[in-house]
Amino acid sequence: MSRYVFQRLLGMLVVMFVVVTIVFIIVRIAPGDPAAVMLGPDATAQDVSALRTRLGLDSPIIVQYGIFFGQLLQGDLGESIFLNRPVLTALADRAEPTFFLTLFSILIAALIAIPVGIMSAYWRGSLFDQGATTLAMLAASIPSFWLGLILIQILAVRWGVFPVSGYGGPGASLMTRLSHLVLPAISLGVVSSALILRFTRASMLDVLNDDYVRTARSKGMSEFRVIMKHAFKNALIPVLTVIGITAALLVSGAVVTETVFGLPGVGSLVVSAVLRRDYPVIQGALLIIAALYVLINFLIDMLYLLVDPRVRY
Amino acid sequence: MSELPADIVLRVDDLRTYFEAGSRVAKSVDGVSFDVKRGETVAVVGESGSGKSVTSLSIMRLLSAPGRIVGGDILYRTSDGRVLDLARMPEKAMRGIRGQEVAMIFQEPMTSLNPLYTVGDQIMEMIKIHEPVSRMEARKRAKRMLELVEIPAAERRLDEYPHQMSGGMRQRAMIALALACNPRLLIADEPTTALDVTIQAQILDLLRRLQAEIGMSILFITHNLGVVAEIAHDVVVMYAGRVVEKASVDALFDNQKHPYTRGLLACIPNAARDRSESGERLRLNPIPGSVPSILALPEGCSFAPRCSFTTAECDQNPSLLAAGPDHLSRCWRHEIL
Repeated sequence: MSRYVFQRLLGMLVVMFVVVTIVFIIVRIAPGDPAAVMLGPDATAQDVSALRTRLGLDSPIIVQYGIFFGQLLQGDLGESIFLNRPVLTALADRAEPTFFLTLFSILIAALIAIPVGIMSAYWRGSLFDQGATTLAMLAASIPSFWLGLILIQILAVRWGVFPVSGYGGPGASLMTRLSHLVLPAISLGVVSSALILRFTRASMLDVLNDDYVRTARSKGMSEFRVIMKHAFKNALIPVLTVIGITAALLVSGAVVTETVFGLPGVGSLVVSAVLRRDYPVIQGALLIIAALYVLINFLIDMLYLLVDPRVRY
Repeated sequence: MSELPADIVLRVDDLRTYFEAGSRVAKSVDGVSFDVKRGETVAVVGESGSGKSVTSLSIMRLLSAPGRIVGGDILYRTSDGRVLDLARMPEKAMRGIRGQEVAMIFQEPMTSLNPLYTVGDQIMEMIKIHEPVSRMEARKRAKRMLELVEIPAAERRLDEYPHQMSGGMRQRAMIALALACNPRLLIADEPTTALDVTIQAQILDLLRRLQAEIGMSILFITHNLGVVAEIAHDVVVMYAGRVVEKASVDALFDNQKHPYTRGLLACIPNAARDRSESGERLRLNPIPGSVPSILALPEGCSFAPRCSFTTAECDQNPSLLAAGPDHLSRCWRHEIL
């Protein structure tokens, strides 16, 4: 078991190292001189070259890489060009809405997808199954921002149940802040549920024909118990995997939804950074999102341990 | 329907189980009848597709859709003496029968146990479904069951997962699971087919010993006549959904009254018999052709296309004819066999 954990940890480090290197290279080979971009079209060649020296852009690429890596290890993601503050604190200030939005979206997605997926598989080919599969296809085909706009129109503008946009302004209570997340979480959750539903259904269909399910029935237990205790637990591994992938996609994919709902999250920070070519922020956000990706995958690997004894040996 | 002779535990009477898909009807089991006596073993023999497994799943009422019992009775005498028709039991009442009265073991020991739970948990679950016992008590009983099926270090094995055991060990664990609630009838669906011959002999030996100790009846499904000779009291030979021959094991091995049974026996390789006088190896004696599709049975006797004894009569399907004392055969020409 400790071997398994060690292997995953090692894999995680290797992936992060590769990610850091790729991010470094991408930012360096992007067209345009960051110094020139920062100073604007009116800057003199002298100013630009001075800034290049200050930013360390004139040293050899390998030296730049060494410095970049050394700073990273100390948790230093550099300074934002436009915000006049460290990238790390800029990202940290925006982390809360993104974190909760991702968490709620994935919860909503799983709570819809798993029960419906199980029932769909159990009553395969029934009206319920056909309806669920069709709705899942529909959910997968609509963009989350469109669903978001519809939800705002009906639940926020017409009925006034939830706030239209924003995050409650400075000093808003946790409840107020969370109430701003309900509609975006629903729109992301519904759209993401489609994939999880299809995986749950397919995985259940696989295990429902397995011999141990027949054994469970031959023991005289209720059908509900056969399905939940014996079948679903075996179907869980692929479902966990796709939930992990979906969660990771949500972290990066929330950008548009955050913009639609005016949420001050990491996504909207990245969008403005891209528009202003704020390279350190883009670079930092890429690294943080990649790190979250890797971390979520690691957590899913650890969940396998809990579910499947065969992984432990 | 309660007039069931006292020594009979299970009477399958004219059982018909069909699989209906649209207008196509597969008559997988078509009018099968046999009795299982208390403490005895009945072997149901036949090739793949003969309907033997569907018969056993019908008794357990574990048919998967679109399979359905369309007729006949499955009379079963419970431990408290009531006679029930399992073919017509409501699903909920049937749950009290499964595991408690009639238990089942399957062909694939590698996949029949749930990989995610320990062997002990799976046996304890069975006990706790049917009896109001504490976890401690259930665990003690599970351990006793493992000892009963001769699994060494039972206490430790309780906490092991199926993947930590060999195939033979898993089949023992499966038998322990099936017998945990003292069923009166054990249905064994090809329980030794997936095992090595040495392990196979051990499992048969174990089943025979357990039968003598506990007094349960066994319905043994197999395609292997060697196994039948080892364990059965009575034999039912099935072909294409019907019983073609039925006799005691001695009568059957003495004198087969149906060409199919005779063919099955001839298929078993025999080193002495299959040599010519000069010692060369002779060809084996397979039955020509294969089991007809249940959707397209030939007119008349369904074995006729593969049979070397056919006459004009075989255009008509015979019923089960008396071919001796307690010996039935579905062959017009059983007298000359």
